Amino acid sequence: MTAQLLLRGMLIGLLASILAFAFAWWAGEPNVSAAIALEEASSHGHQHGPSVEPDEEPVSREVQSTIGLFTGIAVYSTALGGIFALAYAFAQGRTGRLQGRTLALIVALCGFVALVLVPWLKYPANPPAVGSPDTIGQRTALYFGMLLISVVAMIAACLLTHQRRQHHDVWSSALSGAALYAVIVVLAWILLPGVDEVPQGFPADILFNFRLTSLGINAIVWACLGLGFGYWIEQQRRSSQTLA
Amino acid sequence: MTALHTSSSDTLAAPIPLSELIPWAIFGGLLLLLAIYFVGAEQGATALFKGVYIHEFVHDGRHLLGFPCH
Repeated sequence: MTAQLLLRGMLIGLLASILAFAFAWWAGEPNVSAAIALEEASSHGHQHGPSVEPDEEPVSREVQSTIGLFTGIAVYSTALGGIFALAYAFAQGRTGRLQGRTLALIVALCGFVALVLVPWLKYPANPPAVGSPDTIGQRTALYFGMLLISVVAMIAACLLTHQRRQHHDVWSSALSGAALYAVIVVLAWILLPGVDEVPQGFPADILFNFRLTSLGINAIVWACLGLGFGYWIEQQRRSSQTLA
Repeated sequence: MTALHTSSSDTLAAPIPLSELIPWAIFGGLLLLLAIYFVGAEQGATALFKGVYIHEFVHDGRHLLGFPCH
């Protein structure tokens, strides 16, 4: 049962990555190219650190923006599909009458909020040319730290909702969970240091479009997981019922 | 599984026992997290392998998925 759900989640994730790649290539790549052009124009005057020269790049821009981009998104999306399926497998049957498509959609929504939206609001995606290579260690630690806090808070919120549900109605239980999650992430937003490394004069519209595209790619992945996986589960439930 | 089938039209799915779920969650989960690590962070702030090839190959995906890249 678990293996079957896991495999399905990963397959849906792989399918989702095709859509996500199409969107990333169409909407995201122009911003990446624009940012790289700006980076090269600004680094001609002064060298910054041991960065790789444009003419000795180990992977060409053409490969990076096509097969490299697709591989990255496909591996990421397939793996997320598997993790999503494991979360669904755990929740199934433990959430009262909440099951099937509705449960899949709610699990996906929680996943999107915890893994994408909340970390993105604190440490939004950055195109090339934004962010100093010297602080990559610190920025990576902060990003994954925020991600970890958000995931732990979401698990705590789900457990609280589940526990309150024994004696209270759905709305008040879910709102207690949501309130707990909100309090924890707002505290993390306030307490964790901000990152402000946008170079002077970097075009605001490129930065904005890049960040929005990044959110959009992730939204596509999670929407496909929630809806696609839910649809598949529902089909299976119906066919097993007609057999019974 | 078949032994648990009931004829009710609105059957609630039975929970998957934790003893079945946990091995999958640990081994599957770890492998999947490792895959995400390779896309999101390898050869950036930390590196399991020397070189820049993995970083450069998934470069655009890493930026666009929202990970800190360089």
